[in-house]
Amino acid sequence: MKTFLAFVRKEFYHILRDKRSLFILLGMPIAQVLLFGYAITMELREVGFVVLDNSKDSESKELIQRFQASGHFYLVDNLEYEEEIHQSFQAGTIKLAMVIPANFSGNFGEGKATLQLIADGTEPNTATTLVNYAQAIIRQFQLDKGKVDELPFGIEMNTRMVYNPALRSVYMFVPGVITVLLMLVSAMMTSLTIAREKELGTMELLLVSPIHPLMIIIGKVVPYILIGLLDASLILAIGILVFGVPVLGSWLLLFTVVVLFILTSLSLGILISTRVDTQQTALMGSLVALMMPSVLLSGFIFPIESMPLPLQVIAQVIPAKWFIVILKDVMLKGVGLQVIGWETLVLAGMAVFFIIVSWRNFKIRLG
Amino acid sequence: MQTIWILMRKEFRQIFRNRPMVFILTLMPLLQLIILANAATHEVKNVQLAVQDDDRSPYARRLIQKLEASPNLILAAFPRNPQAAFALLENNKADLVLHIPAHFERDFLRNRSGELMLQVNAINGSQAGIAASYVGAVVQDFRMEILREIEPGALLQASGPRIEMTYSNWYNPEMDYKTFMVPGILGELVTLIVLMLAAMNIVREKEIGTIEQLNVTPIFKYQFILGKLLPFLLIGLFDLALGLFLGKMIFQIPLEGSLLVVFAFCVVNLIAVLGIGFLISTFAETQQQAMFISWFFIVIFILMSGLFTPIESMPPWAQHLTIPNPVAHFVEVMRQVLLKGSGFWDVRDNFAVMAVMSVIFNGLAIWNYRKQT
Repeated sequence: MKTFLAFVRKEFYHILRDKRSLFILLGMPIAQVLLFGYAITMELREVGFVVLDNSKDSESKELIQRFQASGHFYLVDNLEYEEEIHQSFQAGTIKLAMVIPANFSGNFGEGKATLQLIADGTEPNTATTLVNYAQAIIRQFQLDKGKVDELPFGIEMNTRMVYNPALRSVYMFVPGVITVLLMLVSAMMTSLTIAREKELGTMELLLVSPIHPLMIIIGKVVPYILIGLLDASLILAIGILVFGVPVLGSWLLLFTVVVLFILTSLSLGILISTRVDTQQTALMGSLVALMMPSVLLSGFIFPIESMPLPLQVIAQVIPAKWFIVILKDVMLKGVGLQVIGWETLVLAGMAVFFIIVSWRNFKIRLG
Repeated sequence: MQTIWILMRKEFRQIFRNRPMVFILTLMPLLQLIILANAATHEVKNVQLAVQDDDRSPYARRLIQKLEASPNLILAAFPRNPQAAFALLENNKADLVLHIPAHFERDFLRNRSGELMLQVNAINGSQAGIAASYVGAVVQDFRMEILREIEPGALLQASGPRIEMTYSNWYNPEMDYKTFMVPGILGELVTLIVLMLAAMNIVREKEIGTIEQLNVTPIFKYQFILGKLLPFLLIGLFDLALGLFLGKMIFQIPLEGSLLVVFAFCVVNLIAVLGIGFLISTFAETQQQAMFISWFFIVIFILMSGLFTPIESMPPWAQHLTIPNPVAHFVEVMRQVLLKGSGFWDVRDNFAVMAVMSVIFNGLAIWNYRKQT
């Protein structure tokens, strides 16, 4: 036990004396949560648009004024010719163009005015959203200008947004950032440190030392469990204190599943390190096999339900997918183990499986 | 020239004799392109809807039938009471719960207006809004149908100043997300691979000790840097060409603009990226450190690139932060040129920024490298 502790201390020295890595290990979660919380939103404001106003009368000018006052759009240019629309889109400063035909005021009074909206459809959701914004502005303009009769038999929808009434995107990013960071610290770092000892040749020294090989591996991963826990706490703290993300469920349950996920990731990292010889391959391997799927196929940014079937199937074997579901449920819904029992079981099963596989792959001798 | 050529050959040999590395440089980006293009979608499909129908009237049944017919909605369950309905939401069995109150039909006909309740799991805020709008559209449709049956005259009578709106979506009329994502992803992948390779390269020589040998060989600094720079530049261009070819073959992405502009921008962009990579490389002592620092920047570069979330939706200070971001420029140029057919003049700002960045970062890298030897 004493030799084991000495070994863990050695690993801690390795990490602590490398100030740059340490700084990043602790600075990265902070930077990411702040970025996600403040900068990454799906809401659109102040999008550039152009107008081709063929009537230039009081009504059309007022409509343009309303677009600018809405907060969603700002007028980049008043065009003269139709060809300029294409050029404006190509210059990349606008996302929407509005064409107002001649004699707009006159036609409007007679109830037969027309308008054309052209959206930059390259990004479908943005295009749809902008057209919706524009239509709402135009509808309001009509309502204010005259009496549009309200039709009977309207149905009012009382919509209640549960778990995230303000529709804040940070609610969904905090669990995601925790997941990706734990994956990075636990899996990537572990595979790199072991590959490093191999590459530098110090692994042989460790293997001939009187410590059991299993103890070497455990000793190597213990510091990363602690760093992982520290990072998770840091992200949670910023999420709660700065952005008001709630933790409705039990803290004990939350940290238990965090430890479970760290164990799963660590065993994955060890598994990768048993298969590679250089840090470069270890890095690229964990990047492809772990980081990319954890970001893309875990439901962190993109909804799994909307993906094609093969990707939905692949998503089922990604630990991050299950962990994110558990985190969201415990933090934002405040449910207990009875609801997330199955997900936790799957995650635990994965941890056991990866530990066994990497144990069988672990060779005591090199070369 | 001869010396640079020999140095390049050395680099290529070192890369190609490492089998996993060859795989990582060729197949991996393609695999990612295919997976990413399919995964990276903000479309909201297969929304699980539960309906708590307390009315059980012909109208309620008709509404449910219409909901069932909606392509994006899946009727998952019919809970009997509010507790059961909420449990579905809690257990992720349903994304939406629609409540049709008792006497809905009776009140609807009597009051000439009705009311429905919709609960949405809003953890993913932007998705929640779209999912709710699917139900809203069906309900609206249902209402118009009823109106036409009961009071067909009401539609004609309603008059007043009206504007007929038409709208069209240019450059991507099918509204296909892949058309939008593939060019951007390609830009991101090429940048990422080259940055990683460059950042790890000199550090590796340092860590293994071979940098000493290079330092005592009779070559000039510029030869050394060029010999390191050119192979990665070529790999990046190769990956771009491969990706464009596949994007065209598999995803039918349009190639509206000039490919020359795309490749020219790629060169300028990659020189800047290589500069950043080498700067990290001279700064770090171990590959692990280099990996960490570059990972830190890559994550920020990608998140702030407009690849997954529009730059327009960021607050102004964050939009300014995207100016020195090579990924943001690459993604923008790819989309502009490939999808809209923008020419060199339209993207001149992007060229200018990246040219300045190239000079700054390569200068810093050379300066910092010199300092240490």
